[in-house]
Amino acid sequence: MKERLVIIGNGMAPGRMLEKLFELAPGRYAVTIFNAEPRVNYDRIMLSPVLSGEKTYEQIVIHGDGWYINHGITLHKGTRVTAIDRVAKTVTTDNGLVEPYDKLVIATGSVPFIIPVPGHNLPGVLSYRDLDDVDAMILAARSRGNAVVIGGGLLGLEAAAGLAEQGMQVSVVHLMPTLMERQLDPAAGYLLKKAIEERGIRVLTGANTKAITGNGRVEAVELEDGTRIAADLVVMAVGIRPNGALGKAAGLTVNRGIVVDDQMRSSDPDIFALGECVEHRGATYGLVAPLYEMAGVLARTLVDEPAAYNGSVTATKLKVTGIDLFSAGDFAEAPGREEIVLRDAARGVYRRLVLQDNRVIGAVLYGDTGDGAWFFQLLREGADIAEMRETLIFGQGYAGGSPLDPMAAVAALPDEAEICGCNGVCKGKIVAAITGQNLTGLDQVRAVTKASASCGSCTGLVEQLIGLTLGGDYQPAEMKAMCGCTDLGHDEVRRLIVAKQLKSIPAVMQELEWKTSCGCSKCRPALNYYLLATWPGEYVDDNQSRFINERAHANIQKDGTYSVVPRMWGGVTSAKELRAIADVAEKFNIPTVKVTGGQRIDLLGVKKEDLPGVWADLNAAGMVSGHAYAKGLRTVKTCVGSEWCRFGTQDSTGLGIRLEKFTWGSWTPHKVKLGVSGCPRNCAEATVKDIGIICVDSGYEFHIAGAAGLEVKQTVLLCKVASEEEVLEYTGALMQLYREQAHYLDRIHKWVKRVGLDSVKQQIVEDGERRRALFARFVQAQKHAQVDPWAERVNGAFAHEFKPLADLRLAHAAE
Amino acid sequence: MIMTEEWIDIGTLEDIPRRGARVVKTARGDIAVFRTMDDGLFAMDDKCPHKGGPLSQGIVQGDSVTCPLHNWVISLRTGEAQGADHGCTRIIAVRLEQGRVLLSWPGMAIQAA
Repeated sequence: MKERLVIIGNGMAPGRMLEKLFELAPGRYAVTIFNAEPRVNYDRIMLSPVLSGEKTYEQIVIHGDGWYINHGITLHKGTRVTAIDRVAKTVTTDNGLVEPYDKLVIATGSVPFIIPVPGHNLPGVLSYRDLDDVDAMILAARSRGNAVVIGGGLLGLEAAAGLAEQGMQVSVVHLMPTLMERQLDPAAGYLLKKAIEERGIRVLTGANTKAITGNGRVEAVELEDGTRIAADLVVMAVGIRPNGALGKAAGLTVNRGIVVDDQMRSSDPDIFALGECVEHRGATYGLVAPLYEMAGVLARTLVDEPAAYNGSVTATKLKVTGIDLFSAGDFAEAPGREEIVLRDAARGVYRRLVLQDNRVIGAVLYGDTGDGAWFFQLLREGADIAEMRETLIFGQGYAGGSPLDPMAAVAALPDEAEICGCNGVCKGKIVAAITGQNLTGLDQVRAVTKASASCGSCTGLVEQLIGLTLGGDYQPAEMKAMCGCTDLGHDEVRRLIVAKQLKSIPAVMQELEWKTSCGCSKCRPALNYYLLATWPGEYVDDNQSRFINERAHANIQKDGTYSVVPRMWGGVTSAKELRAIADVAEKFNIPTVKVTGGQRIDLLGVKKEDLPGVWADLNAAGMVSGHAYAKGLRTVKTCVGSEWCRFGTQDSTGLGIRLEKFTWGSWTPHKVKLGVSGCPRNCAEATVKDIGIICVDSGYEFHIAGAAGLEVKQTVLLCKVASEEEVLEYTGALMQLYREQAHYLDRIHKWVKRVGLDSVKQQIVEDGERRRALFARFVQAQKHAQVDPWAERVNGAFAHEFKPLADLRLAHAAE
Repeated sequence: MIMTEEWIDIGTLEDIPRRGARVVKTARGDIAVFRTMDDGLFAMDDKCPHKGGPLSQGIVQGDSVTCPLHNWVISLRTGEAQGADHGCTRIIAVRLEQGRVLLSWPGMAIQAA
């Protein structure tokens, strides 16, 4: 009599296993399959094309009814096994059938993970696992209504693309900051998000689902931040977990999945497990390639051939038409690993290989995945790539062509991209002038188009355009690169952020072809500032790209403690403020209290953990951050002026307070210090400040570009104005011009030296319209900037910054 | 002599910001635990070989960190100063197990006992 082989589950893994088994030993086993789904074996990977309408169910069937008949298999469709009796060696089904076995294979797959938020069981909330789910989605899509997909992983994005294809308005809600974060690094995640959004799908990252709401059926998804998204259909695709329930109930060893050895054998020698329900050497798998490897091993084991499954390296591809994406292996940074990065912004290509000991151990490809199979082969074989290391990243077909074109970013700009911000000249106009009037050099282009004729920041880009238009004959002057991560200079990066509408650090790095995946401590703070200054209220500040002082909102000291400087508007304080400062100093044992050069008080030696407590007490007395740590507005130093001084000509203290209340909170390329002196005796030392006001009988002298640091610079007089209102307008306009034009870490005097005093004078003094426009932009940016960072942190923001991860000192002392 | 390794659980990977670090306080001084952009995990004494600056407070770039005091760049892999600077910070063994971050260093068990 034949041995009885019973299989629970009829997915792709047991299907492949049986094919192998019948090849190896036809007729050895009498096979019985129980399938909870009322179907034959179909290609589950192809559910997404069914959803999007590119394929039908019939086209994805792997084994039709005939195959089961030909192999003498008894297939119970729509029949669920409810128990295994290991002593009697039988399985029992939901319709009362009891089936004996000699060998049992559990292939129950996985179950979708459902987040237990309120409303998760409302009608209209689906998972995405089998054909029933797909049918339900296609039905729902007929309404052409709103769909929300929770989960921006492989499955979620495929569902979203399919639903969009079916005509629904789709939003993807993803908890993590980038899509498919388990398979992709943030750079590739950025490109993916862009491609998904281009399909009209809304993508919300860093979004935590709070509840699914509706009266009788789903109507909306609510997020933690209060956002409400209308939904006629919700697809939960946040992940899967191995379905080991039957095995567990039968007393098999089950951790995350049913634990199997290298022969796919469970803790019972006659019971095997296969596919997504197993746990092998601590790993579980959800992709088809490893399941097929397991199937081959199990087939050989069942015919007593030696075989061993050694775990799998997996590769991922997203099955959304028009999106090419590939990832394989391990691409985390770890000791001994190096990376090679290639970006091509024009083609939307990103490639990253992770190497260890001259072997490929991880690969992420986006946009051009043609070499994915080759990299994956190198990875699986552990091939030594030392010989081809220099050209490896270009792929298998690389034959020594020119790899990177430094002008690619400029070449890819559209004609209407603005090159010269000062004079509003776009790319098309410059190119037309060069070709139409046979221009051959920078000076001619400047004379004809005015491009780069004012502050000169766009000179590098204009030269590149001349080079591109004239071809090989023109040699543009070399740009001074921002850092080792790019060939572009600060000016070029700033102009391109505007021209290409780049709004995040990953966007800049991809579109401007950064040579590293993560940037460095030189370029990241600069990019963060440029984005913040360019897109106020829109750009989300990247805390991890700020220097510690701006991250902790205090100044780090040589012993790792911090100093705290509350703002004293115009250098004026009160008994109440001084009392609060004294109390704080005593309460937190602050060792040094010192008066600063900027007319305020510095509390030195504060432990990082104490910062929020110190700030809370200072906030309670009405004090806010003095930004003594910031590349931003620091102090406005004043003298007592006409209120007290017998020489005072104007209310310099009052004007200083007005200026400080107007400009505080702004982020600038470097620190900005102001001074207001009540008369030319200049007690407030205004002539060594970035902006200095000297009051005179007839009004106010407006001085700029002073400094008293490594270099001592006396200010230069920009102009004279008559009223306090004008002082405010000129100050706002000048700070905005500085914010828009300067290189990161250049003080005002360095910026003025670079662009020329005449250029600044022209834009601030002579061109009233431009001055008022600059002023208006500054005012607009201030609306988003004037938030006390201390109060935010007292209220719990960035709490992790101020707490140690763990404190083992007490634990050790107690033991 | 064979030393058995002891590991101590100090928290989860999610507790550490990407491209950032957190501090673990111990009787032998602070330890900085770093998480890179790609979830690489590293740990070392929270002390720059230059003037003892707290490396945990620096900017994390790729697999190195820039000291907040004087901009020395320290490799997270080896603890060694990069470029023209010379010096080395002691590396602490760290591993990730089911989302938990575990640390181990010689003498840890003796100290804890």
